[in-house]
Amino acid sequence: MKKFGSFNIFSLIVGFSFLYIPIILLILFSFNESRLVTVWGGFSTKWYGELLQNQGIKDAAWVTIKVAFFSSTIATILGTIAGLVMTRFGNFKGRTLFSGMIYAPMVMPEVIIGLSTLLMFVALAIDRGIFTVTLAHITFSMCYVAVVVQSRMSSYDDSLTEAALDLGCTPFRTFTLITLPIILPAVISGWLLSFTLSLDDLVIASFTSGPGSTTLPMKIYSMVRLGVTPEINAVSTILVGVVTLGVITASLIGRRQKQQTPKAQHT
Amino acid sequence: MQTNPNFFKSIFNGRNAVIAIPYIWLLLLFLLPFIYVLKISFAETIYARPPYSSLLIWGDSWLPSIKASFDNYLFLFSDSLYIKAYLSSLKIAFISTILTLIIGYSIAYSVARAPTRWRGILLMLVILPFWTSFLIRVYAWIGILKTEGLLNLALMSIGIIEQPLMIMNTDLAVYIGIVYSYLPFMILPLYANLEKMDMSLLEAAADLGCRPFKAFWTVTVPLSLSGIIAGCFLVFIPVMGEFVIPDLLGGSETLMIGKVLWTEFFYNRDWPVASAVAILLLAILVVPIMLYQRSQEKAIS
Repeated sequence: MKKFGSFNIFSLIVGFSFLYIPIILLILFSFNESRLVTVWGGFSTKWYGELLQNQGIKDAAWVTIKVAFFSSTIATILGTIAGLVMTRFGNFKGRTLFSGMIYAPMVMPEVIIGLSTLLMFVALAIDRGIFTVTLAHITFSMCYVAVVVQSRMSSYDDSLTEAALDLGCTPFRTFTLITLPIILPAVISGWLLSFTLSLDDLVIASFTSGPGSTTLPMKIYSMVRLGVTPEINAVSTILVGVVTLGVITASLIGRRQKQQTPKAQHT
Repeated sequence: MQTNPNFFKSIFNGRNAVIAIPYIWLLLLFLLPFIYVLKISFAETIYARPPYSSLLIWGDSWLPSIKASFDNYLFLFSDSLYIKAYLSSLKIAFISTILTLIIGYSIAYSVARAPTRWRGILLMLVILPFWTSFLIRVYAWIGILKTEGLLNLALMSIGIIEQPLMIMNTDLAVYIGIVYSYLPFMILPLYANLEKMDMSLLEAAADLGCRPFKAFWTVTVPLSLSGIIAGCFLVFIPVMGEFVIPDLLGGSETLMIGKVLWTEFFYNRDWPVASAVAILLLAILVVPIMLYQRSQEKAIS
Protein backbone atom coordinates (compact mmCIF):
# COMPACT_ATOMS: atom_id res chain seq x y z
CA MET A 1 0.00 0.00 0.00
CA LYS A 2 1.15 3.49 -0.71
CA LYS A 3 2.33 5.70 2.12
CA PHE A 4 -0.28 7.94 3.72
CA GLY A 5 1.33 11.19 2.66
CA SER A 6 1.73 14.48 4.45
CA PHE A 7 -0.85 16.08 2.14
CA ASN A 8 -3.47 13.66 3.42
CA ILE A 9 -2.59 14.32 7.06
CA PHE A 10 -2.69 18.07 6.45
CA SER A 11 -6.05 17.98 4.68
CA LEU A 12 -7.58 15.79 7.38
CA ILE A 13 -6.37 18.06 10.18
CA VAL A 14 -7.48 21.26 8.46
CA GLY A 15 -10.74 19.71 7.24
CA PHE A 16 -11.81 18.30 10.58
CA SER A 17 -10.74 21.47 12.43
CA PHE A 18 -12.99 23.44 10.09
CA LEU A 19 -15.87 21.03 10.69
CA TYR A 20 -15.50 20.79 14.46
CA ILE A 21 -14.02 24.00 15.90
CA PRO A 22 -17.28 25.99 15.53
CA ILE A 23 -19.30 23.28 17.30
CA ILE A 24 -16.70 22.89 20.05
CA LEU A 25 -16.62 26.65 20.66
CA LEU A 26 -20.42 26.69 20.75
CA ILE A 27 -20.46 23.97 23.42
CA LEU A 28 -17.62 25.60 25.38
CA PHE A 29 -19.38 28.95 25.62
CA SER A 30 -22.60 27.36 26.84
CA PHE A 31 -20.70 26.77 30.12
CA ASN A 32 -19.56 30.39 30.33
CA GLU A 33 -20.38 32.35 33.47
CA SER A 34 -20.47 35.65 31.56
CA ARG A 35 -23.46 36.75 29.51
CA LEU A 36 -21.01 37.81 26.78
CA VAL A 37 -20.52 34.93 24.43
CA THR A 38 -16.98 35.91 23.49
CA VAL A 39 -15.43 36.62 26.89
CA TRP A 40 -14.66 33.69 29.17
CA GLY A 41 -15.93 34.44 32.70
CA GLY A 42 -15.42 31.06 34.36
CA PHE A 43 -17.24 27.72 34.29
CA SER A 44 -20.93 27.69 35.08
CA THR A 45 -24.01 25.65 34.29
CA LYS A 46 -26.40 28.48 35.12
CA TRP A 47 -27.62 28.86 31.50
CA TYR A 48 -28.90 25.29 31.59
CA GLY A 49 -30.76 26.18 34.77
CA GLU A 50 -32.28 29.19 33.07
CA LEU A 51 -33.30 27.02 30.18
CA LEU A 52 -35.40 24.92 32.56
CA GLN A 53 -37.21 28.07 33.66
CA ASN A 54 -37.98 29.09 30.08
CA GLN A 55 -41.53 27.87 29.42
CA GLY A 56 -41.41 28.95 25.76
CA ILE A 57 -38.43 26.70 25.05
CA LYS A 58 -39.92 23.79 26.98
CA ASP A 59 -43.22 24.05 25.08
CA ALA A 60 -41.38 24.27 21.76
CA ALA A 61 -39.21 21.27 22.67
CA TRP A 62 -42.31 19.21 23.47
CA VAL A 63 -43.97 20.15 20.16
CA THR A 64 -40.76 19.25 18.32
CA ILE A 65 -40.43 15.86 20.01
CA LYS A 66 -44.06 14.98 19.21
CA VAL A 67 -43.71 16.04 15.57
CA ALA A 68 -40.36 14.27 15.18
CA PHE A 69 -41.63 11.03 16.75
CA PHE A 70 -44.81 10.74 14.70
CA SER A 71 -43.34 12.00 11.44
CA SER A 72 -40.27 9.76 11.60
CA THR A 73 -42.33 6.68 12.45
CA ILE A 74 -44.80 7.16 9.59
CA ALA A 75 -42.00 8.26 7.23
CA THR A 76 -40.08 5.08 8.02
CA ILE A 77 -43.07 2.90 7.11
CA LEU A 78 -43.83 4.80 3.89
CA GLY A 79 -40.15 5.17 2.99
CA THR A 80 -39.42 1.47 3.49
CA ILE A 81 -42.31 0.59 1.18
CA ALA A 82 -41.03 3.15 -1.33
CA GLY A 83 -37.49 1.73 -1.16
CA LEU A 84 -38.91 -1.75 -1.72
CA VAL A 85 -40.93 -0.52 -4.70
CA MET A 86 -37.87 1.15 -6.22
CA THR A 87 -35.67 -1.96 -6.04
CA ARG A 88 -37.92 -5.02 -6.27
CA PHE A 89 -40.88 -4.00 -8.40
CA GLY A 90 -39.13 -3.67 -11.75
CA ASN A 91 -40.63 -1.34 -14.28
CA PHE A 92 -44.17 -0.30 -13.49
CA LYS A 93 -46.24 2.44 -15.05
CA GLY A 94 -45.18 5.85 -13.74
CA ARG A 95 -41.89 4.66 -12.29
CA THR A 96 -39.97 7.70 -13.56
CA LEU A 97 -42.40 10.06 -11.89
CA PHE A 98 -42.19 8.00 -8.71
CA SER A 99 -38.40 8.10 -8.54
CA GLY A 100 -38.54 11.79 -9.41
CA MET A 101 -40.78 12.39 -6.42
CA ILE A 102 -38.35 10.41 -4.24
CA TYR A 103 -35.20 12.26 -5.31
CA ALA A 104 -36.53 15.78 -5.86
CA PRO A 105 -37.48 16.58 -2.22
CA MET A 106 -33.91 15.86 -1.11
CA VAL A 107 -32.45 18.67 -3.21
CA MET A 108 -35.50 20.93 -3.64
CA PRO A 109 -34.98 24.23 -1.79
CA GLU A 110 -36.91 24.14 1.45
CA VAL A 111 -38.60 27.49 0.81
CA ILE A 112 -40.33 26.00 -2.25
CA ILE A 113 -41.50 22.87 -0.40
CA GLY A 114 -42.65 24.95 2.56
CA LEU A 115 -44.55 27.50 0.50
CA SER A 116 -46.23 24.98 -1.77
CA THR A 117 -47.32 22.69 1.07
CA LEU A 118 -48.71 25.63 3.00
CA LEU A 119 -50.64 27.00 0.00
CA MET A 120 -52.29 23.62 -0.44
CA PHE A 121 -53.27 23.43 3.24
CA VAL A 122 -54.76 26.93 3.03
CA ALA A 123 -56.63 26.17 -0.21
CA LEU A 124 -58.08 23.00 1.31
CA ALA A 125 -58.92 24.94 4.51
CA ILE A 126 -56.87 22.60 6.71
CA ASP A 127 -56.05 24.32 9.99
CA ARG A 128 -52.33 24.76 10.49
CA GLY A 129 -50.76 23.20 13.55
CA ILE A 130 -48.83 20.16 14.75
CA PHE A 131 -50.77 17.99 12.30
CA THR A 132 -49.76 19.96 9.19
CA VAL A 133 -46.08 20.21 10.25
CA THR A 134 -46.09 16.43 10.79
CA LEU A 135 -47.57 15.81 7.32
CA ALA A 136 -44.94 18.03 5.70
CA HIS A 137 -42.11 16.36 7.63
CA ILE A 138 -43.31 12.86 6.71
CA THR A 139 -43.21 13.82 3.04
CA PHE A 140 -39.57 14.86 2.85
CA SER A 141 -38.31 12.36 5.46
CA MET A 142 -39.81 9.35 3.68
CA CYS A 143 -37.64 10.14 0.65
CA TYR A 144 -34.47 9.89 2.73
CA VAL A 145 -35.70 6.62 4.26
CA ALA A 146 -36.49 5.30 0.76
CA VAL A 147 -32.96 6.04 -0.45
CA VAL A 148 -31.30 4.50 2.62
CA VAL A 149 -33.47 1.36 2.36
CA GLN A 150 -32.97 1.22 -1.40
CA SER A 151 -29.19 1.18 -1.13
CA ARG A 152 -29.36 -1.64 1.42
CA MET A 153 -31.84 -3.58 -0.73
CA SER A 154 -29.69 -3.36 -3.84
CA SER A 155 -26.63 -4.64 -1.95
CA TYR A 156 -28.07 -7.97 -0.79
CA ASP A 157 -28.77 -11.13 -2.66
CA ASP A 158 -32.34 -11.52 -3.90
CA SER A 159 -32.17 -15.31 -4.06
CA LEU A 160 -33.40 -15.72 -0.47
CA THR A 161 -36.67 -13.95 -1.23
CA GLU A 162 -37.05 -15.90 -4.46
CA ALA A 163 -36.49 -19.17 -2.61
CA ALA A 164 -39.13 -18.27 -0.04
CA LEU A 165 -41.63 -17.34 -2.72
CA ASP A 166 -40.88 -20.55 -4.67
CA LEU A 167 -41.54 -22.58 -1.54
CA GLY A 168 -44.99 -21.06 -1.28
CA CYS A 169 -44.42 -18.30 1.24
CA THR A 170 -46.82 -15.38 0.71
CA PRO A 171 -45.23 -12.09 -0.36
CA PHE A 172 -46.19 -10.46 2.94
CA ARG A 173 -44.68 -13.25 5.05
CA THR A 174 -41.58 -13.24 2.85
CA PHE A 175 -41.21 -9.56 3.59
CA THR A 176 -41.61 -9.88 7.36
CA LEU A 177 -39.56 -13.08 7.70
CA ILE A 178 -36.72 -12.46 5.27
CA THR A 179 -36.52 -8.99 3.76
CA LEU A 180 -37.26 -6.98 6.90
CA PRO A 181 -34.64 -8.64 9.14
CA ILE A 182 -32.00 -8.10 6.45
CA ILE A 183 -32.80 -4.45 5.84
CA LEU A 184 -33.50 -3.68 9.52
CA PRO A 185 -30.29 -1.67 10.09
CA ALA A 186 -31.24 0.55 7.14
CA VAL A 187 -34.78 0.92 8.48
CA ILE A 188 -33.48 1.90 11.92
CA SER A 189 -31.00 4.42 10.54
CA GLY A 190 -33.77 5.71 8.28
CA TRP A 191 -35.92 6.30 11.36
CA LEU A 192 -33.08 8.08 13.17
CA LEU A 193 -32.34 10.19 10.10
CA SER A 194 -36.02 11.18 9.80
CA PHE A 195 -36.13 12.00 13.50
CA THR A 196 -33.14 14.35 13.30
CA LEU A 197 -34.32 15.88 10.02
CA SER A 198 -37.61 16.72 11.69
CA LEU A 199 -35.81 17.95 14.82
CA ASP A 200 -33.68 20.30 12.68
CA ASP A 201 -36.18 21.71 10.25
CA LEU A 202 -36.77 25.44 10.47
CA VAL A 203 -37.95 26.54 7.04
CA ILE A 204 -40.69 24.01 6.27
CA ALA A 205 -42.00 24.16 9.86
CA SER A 206 -42.15 27.97 9.70
CA PHE A 207 -44.43 27.78 6.67
CA THR A 208 -46.65 24.91 7.77
CA SER A 209 -47.05 25.49 11.51
CA GLY A 210 -49.79 27.53 13.08
CA PRO A 211 -50.30 29.34 16.37
CA GLY A 212 -49.41 27.11 19.31
CA SER A 213 -47.23 24.78 17.26
CA THR A 214 -43.92 26.65 17.40
CA THR A 215 -41.13 24.12 17.05
CA LEU A 216 -37.76 24.33 18.78
CA PRO A 217 -35.83 25.47 15.67
CA MET A 218 -38.44 28.22 15.16
CA LYS A 219 -37.98 29.28 18.79
CA ILE A 220 -34.17 29.20 18.47
CA TYR A 221 -34.37 31.17 15.23
CA SER A 222 -36.44 33.93 16.81
CA MET A 223 -33.93 34.06 19.72
CA VAL A 224 -30.94 34.15 17.34
CA ARG A 225 -32.46 37.09 15.49
CA LEU A 226 -32.35 39.03 18.77
CA GLY A 227 -28.67 38.24 19.26
CA VAL A 228 -26.19 35.64 20.43
CA THR A 229 -26.90 34.51 24.01
CA PRO A 230 -25.56 31.71 26.23
CA GLU A 231 -29.08 30.23 26.49
CA ILE A 232 -29.03 29.52 22.76
CA ASN A 233 -25.63 27.90 23.20
CA ALA A 234 -27.02 25.78 26.02
CA VAL A 235 -30.08 24.57 24.12
CA SER A 236 -27.88 23.94 21.05
CA THR A 237 -25.46 21.89 23.15
CA ILE A 238 -28.30 19.69 24.39
CA LEU A 239 -29.51 19.14 20.82
CA VAL A 240 -25.99 18.35 19.59
CA GLY A 241 -25.54 15.93 22.49
CA VAL A 242 -28.82 14.10 21.78
CA VAL A 243 -28.03 13.77 18.08
CA THR A 244 -24.44 12.63 18.70
CA LEU A 245 -25.64 9.92 21.08
CA GLY A 246 -28.23 8.82 18.51
CA VAL A 247 -25.71 8.62 15.67
CA ILE A 248 -23.19 6.67 17.74
CA THR A 249 -25.92 4.23 18.88
CA ALA A 250 -27.07 3.80 15.29
CA SER A 251 -23.57 3.09 14.03
CA LEU A 252 -23.01 0.55 16.83
CA ILE A 253 -26.28 -1.19 15.89
CA GLY A 254 -25.18 -1.14 12.26
CA ARG A 255 -21.78 -2.63 13.12
CA ARG A 256 -23.29 -5.44 15.23
CA GLN A 257 -25.76 -6.21 12.48
CA LYS A 258 -22.95 -6.29 9.92
CA GLN A 259 -21.00 -8.77 12.03
CA GLN A 260 -24.06 -10.97 12.45
CA THR A 261 -25.26 -10.98 8.85
CA PRO A 262 -22.48 -13.14 7.33
CA LYS A 263 -22.88 -15.66 10.15
CA ALA A 264 -26.63 -15.83 9.62
CA GLN A 265 -26.14 -16.46 5.93
CA HIS A 266 -23.83 -19.41 6.52
CA THR A 267 -25.95 -21.27 9.05
CA MET B 1 -69.85 -2.66 -23.49
CA GLN B 2 -68.89 -5.47 -21.19
CA THR B 3 -66.25 -4.67 -18.60
CA ASN B 4 -63.67 -7.32 -18.18
CA PRO B 5 -63.63 -8.30 -14.47
CA ASN B 6 -59.98 -9.34 -14.79
CA PHE B 7 -59.12 -5.77 -15.66
CA PHE B 8 -60.19 -4.56 -12.22
CA LYS B 9 -58.62 -7.55 -10.56
CA SER B 10 -55.30 -6.78 -12.19
CA ILE B 11 -55.42 -3.14 -11.07
CA PHE B 12 -56.41 -3.86 -7.48
CA ASN B 13 -53.93 -6.63 -6.85
CA GLY B 14 -51.53 -6.64 -3.92
CA ARG B 15 -48.56 -5.47 -5.94
CA ASN B 16 -50.31 -2.34 -7.14
CA ALA B 17 -51.65 -1.65 -3.67
CA VAL B 18 -48.10 -1.67 -2.29
CA ILE B 19 -46.94 0.72 -5.01
CA ALA B 20 -49.98 2.92 -4.47
CA ILE B 21 -49.35 3.66 -0.77
CA PRO B 22 -46.17 5.77 -1.12
CA TYR B 23 -47.13 6.87 -4.63
CA ILE B 24 -50.42 8.45 -3.63
CA TRP B 25 -48.84 10.05 -0.57
CA LEU B 26 -46.19 11.77 -2.69
CA LEU B 27 -48.73 12.77 -5.35
CA LEU B 28 -50.94 14.42 -2.72
CA LEU B 29 -48.28 16.02 -0.53
CA PHE B 30 -45.43 16.71 -2.91
CA LEU B 31 -46.78 17.13 -6.44
CA LEU B 32 -50.27 18.50 -5.83
CA PRO B 33 -48.96 21.48 -3.78
CA PHE B 34 -47.06 22.73 -6.85
CA ILE B 35 -50.33 23.01 -8.73
CA TYR B 36 -51.60 25.32 -6.00
CA VAL B 37 -48.42 27.44 -6.18
CA LEU B 38 -48.83 27.69 -9.94
CA LYS B 39 -52.48 28.64 -9.57
CA ILE B 40 -51.87 31.29 -6.92
CA SER B 41 -48.98 32.77 -8.90
CA PHE B 42 -51.65 33.89 -11.43
CA ALA B 43 -53.92 35.38 -8.77
CA GLU B 44 -54.07 38.89 -7.39
CA THR B 45 -53.18 40.00 -3.91
CA ILE B 46 -56.25 41.07 -1.97
CA TYR B 47 -56.88 42.00 1.62
CA ALA B 48 -58.73 38.92 2.71
CA ARG B 49 -58.20 35.52 4.16
CA PRO B 50 -56.58 33.85 2.24
CA PRO B 51 -54.88 36.92 0.74
CA TYR B 52 -55.29 36.08 -2.94
CA SER B 53 -58.10 36.33 -5.47
CA SER B 54 -59.91 33.38 -6.93
CA LEU B 55 -59.10 32.41 -10.51
CA LEU B 56 -62.60 31.19 -11.24
CA ILE B 57 -65.31 33.84 -11.31
CA TRP B 58 -68.84 32.45 -11.04
CA GLY B 59 -70.90 34.87 -13.10
CA ASP B 60 -74.41 34.67 -14.53
CA SER B 61 -73.62 31.88 -16.92
CA TRP B 62 -73.32 28.31 -15.69
CA LEU B 63 -69.66 28.19 -16.70
CA PRO B 64 -67.17 30.12 -14.55
CA SER B 65 -64.90 32.54 -16.32
CA ILE B 66 -61.20 32.30 -15.70
CA LYS B 67 -59.44 35.38 -14.43
CA ALA B 68 -55.72 34.75 -14.52
CA SER B 69 -53.18 37.51 -14.64
CA PHE B 70 -49.52 37.52 -15.54
CA ASP B 71 -49.03 40.67 -13.45
CA ASN B 72 -46.95 38.89 -10.81
CA TYR B 73 -44.49 37.62 -13.40
CA LEU B 74 -44.38 40.99 -15.16
CA PHE B 75 -43.72 42.54 -11.78
CA LEU B 76 -40.75 40.21 -11.20
CA PHE B 77 -39.23 41.33 -14.50
CA SER B 78 -40.00 45.02 -14.05
CA ASP B 79 -38.40 45.35 -10.61
CA SER B 80 -34.64 44.82 -10.93
CA LEU B 81 -34.49 43.51 -7.35
CA TYR B 82 -35.81 40.11 -8.38
CA ILE B 83 -33.58 39.66 -11.44
CA LYS B 84 -30.58 40.70 -9.35
CA ALA B 85 -31.57 38.24 -6.63
CA TYR B 86 -31.83 35.34 -9.11
CA LEU B 87 -28.46 36.23 -10.68
CA SER B 88 -26.82 36.74 -7.31
CA SER B 89 -28.17 33.37 -6.08
CA LEU B 90 -26.77 31.70 -9.20
CA LYS B 91 -23.39 33.34 -8.60
CA ILE B 92 -23.28 32.46 -4.90
CA ALA B 93 -24.46 28.89 -5.54
CA PHE B 94 -21.92 28.44 -8.33
CA ILE B 95 -18.91 29.82 -6.44
CA SER B 96 -19.76 28.01 -3.23
CA THR B 97 -20.24 24.72 -5.12
CA ILE B 98 -16.72 25.08 -6.56
CA LEU B 99 -15.27 25.97 -3.13
CA THR B 100 -17.09 23.05 -1.48
CA LEU B 101 -15.87 20.72 -4.23
CA ILE B 102 -12.21 21.71 -3.74
CA ILE B 103 -12.32 21.41 0.05
CA GLY B 104 -14.60 18.36 0.02
CA TYR B 105 -12.49 16.53 -2.54
CA SER B 106 -9.31 16.86 -0.53
CA ILE B 107 -11.03 15.64 2.64
CA ALA B 108 -12.82 12.77 0.85
CA TYR B 109 -9.57 11.79 -0.89
CA SER B 110 -7.62 11.72 2.35
CA VAL B 111 -10.30 9.74 4.17
CA ALA B 112 -10.44 7.21 1.32
CA ARG B 113 -6.64 6.81 1.37
CA ALA B 114 -6.40 6.56 5.16
CA PRO B 115 -5.49 3.17 6.70
CA THR B 116 -8.57 0.90 6.62
CA ARG B 117 -9.02 0.78 10.40
CA TRP B 118 -9.21 4.58 10.53
CA ARG B 119 -11.69 5.01 7.71
CA GLY B 120 -14.80 4.06 9.67
CA ILE B 121 -14.18 6.58 12.43
CA LEU B 122 -13.11 9.31 9.98
CA LEU B 123 -16.24 8.79 7.91
CA MET B 124 -18.35 8.95 11.06
CA LEU B 125 -16.66 12.25 11.93
CA VAL B 126 -17.71 13.56 8.50
CA ILE B 127 -21.30 12.38 8.93
CA LEU B 128 -21.78 13.62 12.49
CA PRO B 129 -22.03 17.36 11.64
CA PHE B 130 -24.45 16.44 8.83
CA TRP B 131 -26.86 15.09 11.46
CA THR B 132 -26.41 18.12 13.69
CA SER B 133 -28.90 20.93 13.28
CA PHE B 134 -28.29 23.17 10.32
CA LEU B 135 -29.53 26.21 12.24
CA ILE B 136 -27.16 25.52 15.14
CA ARG B 137 -24.18 25.12 12.84
CA VAL B 138 -24.93 28.44 11.16
CA TYR B 139 -25.50 30.07 14.54
CA ALA B 140 -22.10 28.83 15.73
CA TRP B 141 -20.43 31.01 13.08
CA ILE B 142 -22.09 34.21 14.30
CA GLY B 143 -20.09 34.12 17.53
CA ILE B 144 -16.91 33.48 15.56
CA LEU B 145 -17.29 35.95 12.70
CA LYS B 146 -18.90 39.02 14.25
CA THR B 147 -16.84 42.17 14.74
CA GLU B 148 -16.19 41.51 18.43
CA GLY B 149 -16.24 37.75 17.79
CA LEU B 150 -13.78 34.99 18.53
CA LEU B 151 -11.89 35.11 15.22
CA ASN B 152 -11.16 38.82 15.52
CA LEU B 153 -10.23 38.46 19.21
CA ALA B 154 -7.83 35.63 18.38
CA LEU B 155 -6.22 37.40 15.42
CA MET B 156 -5.86 40.67 17.34
CA SER B 157 -4.36 39.01 20.40
CA ILE B 158 -1.70 37.33 18.26
CA GLY B 159 -1.10 40.66 16.57
CA ILE B 160 -1.84 39.64 12.98
CA ILE B 161 -4.41 42.41 12.62
CA GLU B 162 -4.94 45.67 14.48
CA GLN B 163 -8.45 46.48 13.33
CA PRO B 164 -11.17 43.85 13.53
CA LEU B 165 -12.07 42.24 10.20
CA MET B 166 -15.57 42.97 8.97
CA ILE B 167 -16.66 39.50 7.87
CA MET B 168 -20.06 39.17 9.51
CA ASN B 169 -22.95 40.45 7.35
CA THR B 170 -20.94 40.21 4.13
CA ASP B 171 -20.98 37.79 1.20
CA LEU B 172 -17.78 36.25 2.58
CA ALA B 173 -19.64 35.16 5.72
CA VAL B 174 -22.34 33.63 3.49
CA TYR B 175 -19.71 31.66 1.55
CA ILE B 176 -18.14 30.41 4.78
CA GLY B 177 -21.55 29.38 6.11
CA ILE B 178 -22.55 27.58 2.90
CA VAL B 179 -19.26 25.71 2.49
CA TYR B 180 -19.36 24.71 6.15
CA SER B 181 -22.99 23.55 6.12
CA TYR B 182 -22.92 21.71 2.80
CA LEU B 183 -19.46 20.11 3.08
CA PRO B 184 -20.76 16.68 4.25
CA PHE B 185 -23.16 16.54 1.23
CA MET B 186 -20.10 16.88 -1.02
CA ILE B 187 -17.78 14.56 0.90
CA LEU B 188 -20.14 11.57 1.14
CA PRO B 189 -20.71 10.89 -2.60
CA LEU B 190 -17.05 11.65 -3.34
CA TYR B 191 -15.87 9.26 -0.64
CA ALA B 192 -18.21 6.50 -1.81
CA ASN B 193 -16.64 6.86 -5.24
CA LEU B 194 -12.98 7.22 -4.25
CA GLU B 195 -13.15 4.34 -1.78
CA LYS B 196 -14.28 1.91 -4.48
CA MET B 197 -11.51 2.96 -6.83
CA ASP B 198 -9.15 0.27 -8.03
CA MET B 199 -5.73 1.28 -6.71
CA SER B 200 -3.94 -0.97 -9.18
CA LEU B 201 -4.81 1.56 -11.90
CA LEU B 202 -2.70 4.18 -10.12
CA GLU B 203 0.10 1.67 -9.66
CA ALA B 204 -0.07 0.87 -13.36
CA ALA B 205 0.16 4.57 -14.18
CA ALA B 206 3.15 4.94 -11.84
CA ASP B 207 4.86 1.86 -13.33
CA LEU B 208 4.44 3.35 -16.78
CA GLY B 209 6.23 6.47 -15.60
CA CYS B 210 3.27 8.74 -14.89
CA ARG B 211 3.98 11.32 -12.20
CA PRO B 212 1.57 11.25 -9.19
CA PHE B 213 0.10 14.65 -9.98
CA LYS B 214 -0.62 13.73 -13.58
CA ALA B 215 -1.98 10.34 -12.50
CA PHE B 216 -4.37 12.17 -10.18
CA TRP B 217 -5.74 14.31 -13.04
CA THR B 218 -5.86 11.61 -15.68
CA VAL B 219 -6.93 8.61 -13.57
CA THR B 220 -8.41 9.55 -10.19
CA VAL B 221 -10.49 12.58 -11.19
CA PRO B 222 -12.14 11.03 -14.28
CA LEU B 223 -12.95 7.87 -12.31
CA SER B 224 -14.61 9.88 -9.54
CA LEU B 225 -16.63 11.99 -11.98
CA SER B 226 -20.00 10.51 -10.98
CA GLY B 227 -19.26 11.38 -7.33
CA ILE B 228 -18.27 14.91 -8.35
CA ILE B 229 -21.51 15.33 -10.30
CA ALA B 230 -23.70 13.99 -7.48
CA GLY B 231 -21.93 16.15 -4.88
CA CYS B 232 -22.18 19.31 -6.98
CA PHE B 233 -25.92 18.82 -7.53
CA LEU B 234 -26.46 18.13 -3.84
CA VAL B 235 -24.83 21.46 -3.05
CA PHE B 236 -25.84 23.68 -5.95
CA ILE B 237 -29.60 23.00 -6.07
CA PRO B 238 -30.48 23.59 -2.40
CA VAL B 239 -28.06 26.53 -2.09
CA MET B 240 -29.96 28.30 -4.90
CA GLY B 241 -32.95 28.59 -2.57
CA GLU B 242 -31.02 28.93 0.68
CA PHE B 243 -32.68 31.13 3.28
CA VAL B 244 -31.14 30.55 6.72
CA ILE B 245 -27.50 31.27 5.82
CA PRO B 246 -27.98 34.58 3.95
CA ASP B 247 -30.50 35.66 6.57
CA LEU B 248 -28.27 35.03 9.60
CA LEU B 249 -24.77 35.58 8.20
CA GLY B 250 -25.35 37.83 5.19
CA GLY B 251 -25.83 41.56 5.20
CA SER B 252 -28.53 43.77 3.80
CA GLU B 253 -26.81 43.80 0.40
CA THR B 254 -26.60 39.99 0.22
CA LEU B 255 -29.36 39.18 -2.24
CA MET B 256 -30.59 35.62 -2.45
CA ILE B 257 -33.87 34.52 -3.91
CA GLY B 258 -34.77 32.27 -0.96
CA LYS B 259 -34.61 35.28 1.32
CA VAL B 260 -36.67 37.36 -1.13
CA LEU B 261 -39.35 34.66 -1.21
CA TRP B 262 -39.39 34.52 2.60
CA THR B 263 -39.73 38.31 2.85
CA GLU B 264 -42.55 38.43 0.29
CA PHE B 265 -44.42 35.73 2.14
CA PHE B 266 -43.87 36.50 5.81
CA TYR B 267 -43.30 40.28 5.87
CA ASN B 268 -45.11 41.67 2.82
CA ARG B 269 -47.79 38.94 2.99
CA ASP B 270 -47.84 38.97 -0.80
CA TRP B 271 -48.60 35.32 -1.47
CA PRO B 272 -49.12 35.61 -5.26
CA VAL B 273 -45.72 37.30 -5.77
CA ALA B 274 -44.05 34.76 -3.44
CA SER B 275 -45.65 32.01 -5.55
CA ALA B 276 -44.38 33.55 -8.78
CA VAL B 277 -40.88 33.77 -7.26
CA ALA B 278 -41.10 30.07 -6.33
CA ILE B 279 -42.33 29.04 -9.80
CA LEU B 280 -39.48 30.90 -11.52
CA LEU B 281 -36.94 29.36 -9.14
CA LEU B 282 -38.43 25.96 -9.86
CA ALA B 283 -38.17 26.63 -13.60
CA ILE B 284 -34.46 27.37 -13.16
CA LEU B 285 -33.91 24.25 -11.06
CA VAL B 286 -36.03 21.72 -12.91
CA VAL B 287 -33.26 20.72 -15.33
CA PRO B 288 -30.57 20.31 -12.62
CA ILE B 289 -33.04 18.32 -10.49
CA MET B 290 -33.84 15.96 -13.37
CA LEU B 291 -30.14 15.53 -14.16
CA TYR B 292 -29.54 14.74 -10.50
CA GLN B 293 -32.34 12.16 -10.49
CA ARG B 294 -30.90 10.50 -13.60
CA SER B 295 -27.39 10.37 -12.16
CA GLN B 296 -28.76 8.78 -8.96
CA GLU B 297 -30.76 6.17 -10.86
CA LYS B 298 -27.71 5.28 -12.91
CA ALA B 299 -25.67 4.90 -9.72
CA ILE B 300 -28.23 2.47 -8.27
CA SER B 301 -28.59 0.25 -11.33
